Amino acid sequence: MNTMNMRDEPLVYELSRPGRIGCTLPRSDVPEYALPEGLARTELDLPELDELTVVRHFTRLSQKNFSIDTEFYPLGSCTMKYNPKANEAAAAHPGWKNLHPLVEPEHAQGALELLWRLQEALQKIGGFAAASLQPAAGAHGEFSGVLMIHAALKDRGEPSRKKMLIPDSAHGTNPASCTMAGFVTQTIPSGPDGNIDIAALRAALDDTVAGIMITNPNTLGLFETNIEEICRLVHEAGGYVYGDGANMNALTGVFKPGSSGIDVMHFNLHKTFSTPHGGGGPGAGMIAANEALAPYLPGPVAVNRNKSYRLEIPAKSIGQVKAFYGNFGVLVRAYIYLLMTGGNGLRRVAENAVLNANYLKALVEGVYPVPYKRHCMHEFVAKGTIVPGVHTLDIAKRLIDYGFHPPTIYFPLIVQEALMIEPTETESKETLDQYADAMLKIAKEAAEQPELLHDAPHNAPVARLDEVMAARCPILCYRG
Amino acid sequence: MAIDKNARYLESHEYAKPEGGNFVIGISDHAQAELGDVVFVELPAVGKTIAKGTTFGTIESVKAASDLYMPVSGTVVEVNEVVKNDPALVNKDCFGAGWLIKVAPSNPVEFDSLLDASAYGKAIGEE
Amino acid sequence: MPFIPNTDAERTGMLKTIGVESVEELFSDIPAHLRIKNLDMPDGVSEMEALAALDALAERNAQTTKMDWFLGAGAYNSYIPALVPALASRGEFLTAYTPYQPEVSQGTLQAIFEYQSMAAKLLGMPVVNASHYDGATALAEAVLMAWKAKEGRNRILLPADLHPEYAKVIATYLTSFDIELVRYDGDPKMVSLDERTAALVIAYPGFSGEAYPVEKAAARAHAAGALCIVLADPVMCAIFKSPGEQGADIVTAEGQSLGNPLNFGGPYLGMMGTTEALLRRMPGRIVGETKDKEGRRGFVLTLSTREQHIRREKAVSNICSNQGLSMLQTCIYLAALGKQGLRHVAKQSYDKAHYAAELIGRIPGFRVATKQFFREFLVQTPKPAADIARALAKKGIVPGLPVSRYFPDRPNGLLVCVTEMNSRQQIERLAAALKEASE
Repeated sequence: MNTMNMRDEPLVYELSRPGRIGCTLPRSDVPEYALPEGLARTELDLPELDELTVVRHFTRLSQKNFSIDTEFYPLGSCTMKYNPKANEAAAAHPGWKNLHPLVEPEHAQGALELLWRLQEALQKIGGFAAASLQPAAGAHGEFSGVLMIHAALKDRGEPSRKKMLIPDSAHGTNPASCTMAGFVTQTIPSGPDGNIDIAALRAALDDTVAGIMITNPNTLGLFETNIEEICRLVHEAGGYVYGDGANMNALTGVFKPGSSGIDVMHFNLHKTFSTPHGGGGPGAGMIAANEALAPYLPGPVAVNRNKSYRLEIPAKSIGQVKAFYGNFGVLVRAYIYLLMTGGNGLRRVAENAVLNANYLKALVEGVYPVPYKRHCMHEFVAKGTIVPGVHTLDIAKRLIDYGFHPPTIYFPLIVQEALMIEPTETESKETLDQYADAMLKIAKEAAEQPELLHDAPHNAPVARLDEVMAARCPILCYRG
Repeated sequence: MAIDKNARYLESHEYAKPEGGNFVIGISDHAQAELGDVVFVELPAVGKTIAKGTTFGTIESVKAASDLYMPVSGTVVEVNEVVKNDPALVNKDCFGAGWLIKVAPSNPVEFDSLLDASAYGKAIGEE
Repeated sequence: MPFIPNTDAERTGMLKTIGVESVEELFSDIPAHLRIKNLDMPDGVSEMEALAALDALAERNAQTTKMDWFLGAGAYNSYIPALVPALASRGEFLTAYTPYQPEVSQGTLQAIFEYQSMAAKLLGMPVVNASHYDGATALAEAVLMAWKAKEGRNRILLPADLHPEYAKVIATYLTSFDIELVRYDGDPKMVSLDERTAALVIAYPGFSGEAYPVEKAAARAHAAGALCIVLADPVMCAIFKSPGEQGADIVTAEGQSLGNPLNFGGPYLGMMGTTEALLRRMPGRIVGETKDKEGRRGFVLTLSTREQHIRREKAVSNICSNQGLSMLQTCIYLAALGKQGLRHVAKQSYDKAHYAAELIGRIPGFRVATKQFFREFLVQTPKPAADIARALAKKGIVPGLPVSRYFPDRPNGLLVCVTEMNSRQQIERLAAALKEASE
């Protein structure tokens, strides 16, 4: 049963009443000055609400969401682990909230020390020489990393290497980031074992190749067993290896990507390191590199000069990828998570993430075909092709009625009717049992009462929404 | 799946149909079914000259966006303004009211090297 | 304490179900010589110890509330009403994901739609996206957007009077593209444009606080076949004419001062809006209104085919996330302050800044260099501004940003910012202290 707020909630503009205000300021204690001639704005069409209405409105809106705090949320490749409340307590300290980015470094030593310690910890976890915490998200980290490769190639006098190889299972941000850095992309197919096809890789390597972007474990939840060979082949051909760290939750304390030959890599702190997803952000993307590429990191980065912490731009930096130093408020949360988890805890995170995924797979794979007969890592991909006429979309929508957020659907593109399921280590065995139970019940319904799936969800604040209409006739703001 | 016998096809599912000295260009029934409900079509301006195999626009459904490739080289003489406002026409009548552009060909023999209806039918039957 | 609920007993049962003896077997795909036993890092500590460590670090930073604060320069000391963090921190908002399953994300989706609506009105544009990482990246993406829209033109006119970090970010984003960036001084309506110009960028206001009107400059840009991009101060737009009503094609802004804490530089909020004509070229998430099967109003992510998960290498941008929670805080802030409240905030900031400028301008040796400003202005100081700032810090006053921080060849420039948080007393104390420091 769902506990969501099922009532329609009006828009703020519809709740607006002339003359109301939700927050007042102290009266002005200075003289008034006239606004510049011809530039004064006469009308500002913002709503007018009292404070209680604002509070009820957003409280009621929040109750229309599924969230980790309320439901199991097994979105593959998103790592929806518990977001510790301690993170929030730490981040709320006024020493962070009221810290201006442009104070003199001696007045921000606490912040700079945190930045430095977090850089050091993350680069160690990944097996890299240096890190930058400036990227605001994973995709932003990808863009930075690919630009670093671009810069390194330019310095080597090989700007003609314009091609980046991308596995067919890659997340869409990978090729999109390449385009933003001026590369063209070429797809490398996966083999029947779910890993990159080495023969195809060999055939694609020539002196126009800048490198390869690789996710490990890949988006099928499978470890790229040939990672060392892949890195070796690409390096021999003169290219670099970019690591997409979205799936790092399977590996912390078990494997260091840097040790396998990856040159530059991003981590998603809002996945592996428990910072909250916030309904779509803000995230934080650390980018780390080996000795060769470290000078190209975006900056400034924090440095430790004899316990005096400073900001410095790396020697051959690609420049700044955003103003100031990164999503610092998010970094505070990642840092306290790392303190609480520790080196020993990080290994337990990976072990339990992988255990939970394999357990859930074992419970459902009898009914939902899993195309790869191997142990998975922290996530697995199953197919929704259980009954003709029933699609993955229908299964996903029916899971809502059982009180679960659907897994990732229709990704990766190389598996038809894909369901990508990632439980994470913070879920209990009984939650996994309940979820598996629901999936099996839905499979039965698919065979016996498919209309329950086709018309799902029945138990949500809205039924299936008309996305075609939304795209054909876009209404993108309140029109009065 | 309807396959207009007067048209010839690219493997990427665009068709060209002779009309007077020009060609009418659109996408096939198979393509529109695969795309799903079309929500947006981006078409070139009248007067633009585009070579065979080059993109002349894009067509979008909710979940996918595809480039449109010229089956023959030519200059755009007419653009279907109605379909721009009602993209659903591509789904309903891709060979008729759902046409996309009309071109004056620069090299009409290119039409002959396209897949004819039977060859196209085989190509999509095999997919 | 890695938040792992399952006990050893439960794990043993799970291993049995899977059919393996140990967890280590599940890692068999990782070559043995690459597997490590542990990270050479300290063990995890309790929540109590961790919070103590974090608080100790936090205490070692200067806080705006403990000084008289007159420093802005891209990050503003603005008042955040208590209800903003109280509502935004609700678990259902905080721990929800991107709203890909709209039926269970109507809270997030409706909030984004409301933000889009209010931001559109504020910036004066018909369409606003669900946000970018920050003002600088939004501006960089706007430049790329305009360049791609104007095929055959590769010149972008960028004001010299632009936040230096924004200029750096634009340069990074443009690294791989054949785009010519030309910096111009002074009034944008006087800039020369030609058929190579893809866009004229106007900073409204500039880094020095100078706020040139947009209207004539935008018209000239259009006449030359170019687009007009405006980087705006969103609070200023409450009482100054919006860029949209003056003819801007793309508007970007930094939304931090609308309800987001300073947080040492992030997370902030990149605002971006554009015209109907350019809508499909705009990066970032967008939420649209629609109906469900039963005719109820609902909200969904829409126009997704611009985005990376569908278009991949042909996507308008690689951006995947928006600044969800930061955007939500701005949404709640705008709803709470509303039409009157935001205009109060803006007018108070304006009045206080002008009062401060008046007092400072009267001090011998000091000259206010900015002619028309909102809440920030540049002061020419008789002695190096950095020295003055150091002296005032001892009195608990942060008088502004010595611009030598960015421009070492301009030691006598001080960028002063005054907001609704500064009292008259603080302003008078500032003027007195500046006078004393210059003697």
